[in-house]
Amino acid sequence: MKRIVQKHPLAIRWFHWINFPVLAVMIWSGLLIYWANDVYRVGWGNTTVLKFFPDSFNKALNIPFRLAEGMSFHFVFMWLFAINGLLYVCYLFFSGEWKLIFPNKKSLKESWQVVLHDLHIRKGLPPQKKYNAAQRVAYTSVVVMGLGSLITGLAIYKPVQFKTLCAMLGGYEWARIEHFTLTILFTLFFMVHIVQVLLAGWNNFRSMVTGFDVVGDLPKMQATDEKSTEEPPSVSTQTV
Amino acid sequence: MTNKSEKVVSAKYVRNRTIGAFAVFFLLIAAAIAGWRWLNHQPEDNSVPQPLRAVLNGNEKLFSNFIYSPGNISKTYPIYYAAPKVRVNGDDGLGDDFDAAAWKLQVVKSPGDTLFITLDEIKAMPKTDIIFDFKCIEGWSQVTHWGGVKFSDFVKKYNLSDQSAMQYVGLNTPDKKYYVGIDTKSILHPQTILCYEMNGKPLPMNQGYPLRLIIPVKYGIKHLKRIGTIFFSNSRPKDYWYEKGYDYYSGL
Repeated sequence: MKRIVQKHPLAIRWFHWINFPVLAVMIWSGLLIYWANDVYRVGWGNTTVLKFFPDSFNKALNIPFRLAEGMSFHFVFMWLFAINGLLYVCYLFFSGEWKLIFPNKKSLKESWQVVLHDLHIRKGLPPQKKYNAAQRVAYTSVVVMGLGSLITGLAIYKPVQFKTLCAMLGGYEWARIEHFTLTILFTLFFMVHIVQVLLAGWNNFRSMVTGFDVVGDLPKMQATDEKSTEEPPSVSTQTV
Repeated sequence: MTNKSEKVVSAKYVRNRTIGAFAVFFLLIAAAIAGWRWLNHQPEDNSVPQPLRAVLNGNEKLFSNFIYSPGNISKTYPIYYAAPKVRVNGDDGLGDDFDAAAWKLQVVKSPGDTLFITLDEIKAMPKTDIIFDFKCIEGWSQVTHWGGVKFSDFVKKYNLSDQSAMQYVGLNTPDKKYYVGIDTKSILHPQTILCYEMNGKPLPMNQGYPLRLIIPVKYGIKHLKRIGTIFFSNSRPKDYWYEKGYDYYSGL
């Protein structure tokens, strides 16, 4: 017999798995658009440490000369990204799930402890509910970043109609830089997220599909009572 | 973890629910892949798959009907912001065989009724200067200084109010190799000018001498260089970059 708990509500699983391909299309079509004026780099003076993006990268992903295509996908899928994201935020708000995701007073300090723990520098994790402090910070940041992408995107898309918004973001060129930077941050989030999911293992991944987490085994004898109220043994709290 | 929702279930139950959920999950992945393939194999409307084009046209309606307002003007700058070297990005429609001396602006009022207007006649009208951030659809922008005649003044002077009540304005280069269509609301915007000066001097050949369109509420692709003909229509005039897969409206 197994002890399971409901972890991810159905709505959150839908939002999550819809967002994944939609965001992928947004980033891909964004790359097609960015290529037409690919001026960003990390460096100083004539020294470039990292060019966004190297020719090999563009070639490998078949990016060059597809600006029109990129725009047509970007300005269609933006609606899916926006609607899915707004529904997700509404859901968090009305279901009370936000309490499990938004950082609380301790989260900033604790998230550092979680990072040290995950890097095997520190032993033991602070107590947590559904998400640990680092997850709270990361998952909330990513929602704010999504909102940031919508706002900076709107400012680049219609800089005359939304002149005030554009000015608040530092003007047209800054809005474009901010939009680009947010995209880079999304991909960094994605990479860390994937690593953490791999490390957390099957049970955790399964919960994002099935909704439940298996938290432990029960010997057969005890399991006859479906409404067992005994204290569960402590279980792993590593969740992603 | 909260214990509230904890349940004790059989291993079989866990297995069955896992299989059930993943069956749905893989079905959805398959559906997404099939949907993506379907989308990319739809017949094209001006180089864009039809379903995408339908949404882009919807975006155009939303922005032109509900968000666009002639009161929303493009930010303007003091003259010292204007770039002395203005970027040249395209020469479509600027053939070498252009006869500048013989040029007259043609305005088709109705079939068989065309006005021929000289550059001097245009220059005799009140001049408007604009220094704004010119935005290319490629993503770059440049603050540039242009001078000319407001399109709305031009419409008044040549009694084109009946024509400008139509929904679209079409512009062609003299060689007809570059052509744009613009919604009349945008071309009557107070910042839209028939431009004959750049940085206070006559337009250079590569910027569309003798007369070009400057329309700050649109991307550069709509700022047609070297206007040959202007006409009015209730259906969309053909548009060079629209045919190549860009947005027709291309409004900012």
